[in-house]
Amino acid sequence: MSARDDVLARVRASLTDVTEPDGPVTNWAYGQPTPMADVVARFDQTVTDYKATVVRCPAAEVTREVVRGLAETGAHSVVLPAGCDEQLRRTLEMAADLTVRVDDGSLTAADLDATDAVVTASAVGIAETGTIVLDHGPGQGRRALSLVPDRHICVVRSSDVVSDVPEAVARLAASVRDGRPLTWISGPSATSDIELSRVEGVHGPRHLWVILVDG
Amino acid sequence: MTATQQPPRDKDGRLTPAPPEWTTRPAPPFPEAAIKGLENQVQRANLRHATGTIRAKRARVVAEVDNWQDLRAAGEAIKNRTLRHLDQHLETLEASLTRAGATVHWARDAADANRLIVDLVKATGEREVTKVKSMVTQEIGMNEALEEAGIAAWETDLAELIVQLGHDFPSHILVPAIHRNRGEIREIFREEMGVYGTPAPEGLSEQPPELAGAARTHLRNKFLRTKVAISGANFAVAETGTLVVVESEGNGRMNLTLPETLISVVGIEKVLPTVADLEVFLRLLPRSSTGERMNPYTSMWSGPTEGDGPQNVHVILLDNGRTNALKDPKGREALRCIRCSACLNICPVYERVGGHAYGSVYPGPIGAILNPQLRGVDNPIDKSLPFASSLCGACAEVCPVKIPIADLLVHERHRVVEEKKRHQVNQFEPAMMKAASWVMADHKHLEAAGTASSLAGKLLPIRTIGPLPGPLSRWTQNRDVPMVPAQTFRQWWQENRGSKENHDERA
Ligand code: SF4
Repeated sequence: MSARDDVLARVRASLTDVTEPDGPVTNWAYGQPTPMADVVARFDQTVTDYKATVVRCPAAEVTREVVRGLAETGAHSVVLPAGCDEQLRRTLEMAADLTVRVDDGSLTAADLDATDAVVTASAVGIAETGTIVLDHGPGQGRRALSLVPDRHICVVRSSDVVSDVPEAVARLAASVRDGRPLTWISGPSATSDIELSRVEGVHGPRHLWVILVDG
Repeated sequence: MTATQQPPRDKDGRLTPAPPEWTTRPAPPFPEAAIKGLENQVQRANLRHATGTIRAKRARVVAEVDNWQDLRAAGEAIKNRTLRHLDQHLETLEASLTRAGATVHWARDAADANRLIVDLVKATGEREVTKVKSMVTQEIGMNEALEEAGIAAWETDLAELIVQLGHDFPSHILVPAIHRNRGEIREIFREEMGVYGTPAPEGLSEQPPELAGAARTHLRNKFLRTKVAISGANFAVAETGTLVVVESEGNGRMNLTLPETLISVVGIEKVLPTVADLEVFLRLLPRSSTGERMNPYTSMWSGPTEGDGPQNVHVILLDNGRTNALKDPKGREALRCIRCSACLNICPVYERVGGHAYGSVYPGPIGAILNPQLRGVDNPIDKSLPFASSLCGACAEVCPVKIPIADLLVHERHRVVEEKKRHQVNQFEPAMMKAASWVMADHKHLEAAGTASSLAGKLLPIRTIGPLPGPLSRWTQNRDVPMVPAQTFRQWWQENRGSKENHDERA
């Protein structure tokens, strides 16, 4: 018998006491929001709690804030995902002391390692947990982009901020069913493995700079 | 390195640090190992600090969630339903994974799984792989199987790296190097990193940021060149064939996205039916385990994604004793475990004896149930484990999926006793079980065993019957498996801990 048939046969033999089919989980309502006064303000606060920087601005000022975020985190090179905002790309390319790479899929891990920062969009923000979710759609880049460079400048639209994980999962289910990968980010990379002292940035970016766009 | 180049070997001719000697021979039964743990003052201090801190954080973030008890009930219900029809969910998972472009393999046991892994790695021509912390690969002894096949497997989680370079064994589910302090870690890095790759920087201090920085540099090199990675998974969604890895450091993301080939080893109990079910577990898990609202990184992927991440994706669905546990309607409850480690952090026995005493990958209260369930009660260590508890019940109260751990321990004790009646066992084992029960029955006994242990440590392995001084003389007085004075312990617990930490929050 193949290992597959063997394992499945063992599973079935172990469940002979189960005769009736299972109904749905009746005592749980999926996708419910968690009540809170102001989801965007809460998101701002919980992301800040992770020692990330949060900047709130109107849509018209995003490009300016990106430039400021790169300067403040000391980035001299930046990678932009394919499909990112045209105006943003042109502005960054004009900046004097900044090397701009646009990811066309040919950048190697070593190229990314040699790049200081990445700028991405995002799919969902979660207020209760201060989490940003990328579903790696347009402007969000492939997964390695938001991982290897040391600084991540991430643009989150207020309208994409939800109260808590159940609402976020409900919103993201379509992406998952489409086969898209998801990356959930809650603050910068961190470890507590040495006597439980928190150290930021073991492997992922050490700086997370969030631009929260009103409207 | 190119495929034809041989990776460097250490002075013993090994590609990776040799594991501690005691993992290569049969582990001692719990009471004997517990005494070693009690004797280790550094470890006890580290553990007291660490588990105390995590407990307090956990209690705080759990208290934030208004419907925590409903959430636990939902977690329990979803897992129960899944386990009761596991065959159907596994078939759905297999179909979804295949549709998503992953290759699905099945493994009856550790030997099957290791054979598959070695063959898959060999087919790539690579001699080095990186790993994201995975208890299941620890459970099957994968690193050693790869070493024997001439393939180096590198731990990339900081704690796992400390354990691996320290020729050591994990002692906690979530913080495997919890028993080590910064001074020990610095020594390990200075002595070992250079043997296997990028050495620790000159003048490395004991400061955690510097130590973490040394690990970052040491590992980055490996991440940037390794073409094969091996992972476990926290959850596997049947509906979509999505695997989920929950982590903090980003080493998981490195492994899951940079290599060309990804092999994930997944216990068959990890299945969840639908994407929607994730909302329950992604709230229960981080709060219960690290005491955070959410862990820094969570990755989800369904097979390969064109232009993003590994293009060869393999998933190995592993039994290795899980169907033994499934067969027993009580033992089935233990398979709900999501490995959050809350029960370890609250356990007074674990806090004193440390994780190594349990002689297995799964330490603490849940390990005391899972190991005998997965491996049976044929050997001394698995026979002694159900007695490695005071039955104070704190573990069941913190468990996010409501596993009645104390009840299951009693159930396992019965199994061991039944088994003993059925087979003629040697004289040594019942004595061990009695000793375990007595030592665990009261915190004073634990302390006493600790102070009297240097003598006992010398005597125990060969002679348990015979006059021993002080409190240990009781060991020779017991004739049957003794009644456990759980009440005493509970009172102690309430006075010393229950009120301070409110661990039974809004039960
Ligand atoms: S038994 Fe419960 S508390 Fe213990 S690790 Fe498993 S899920 Fe967590």
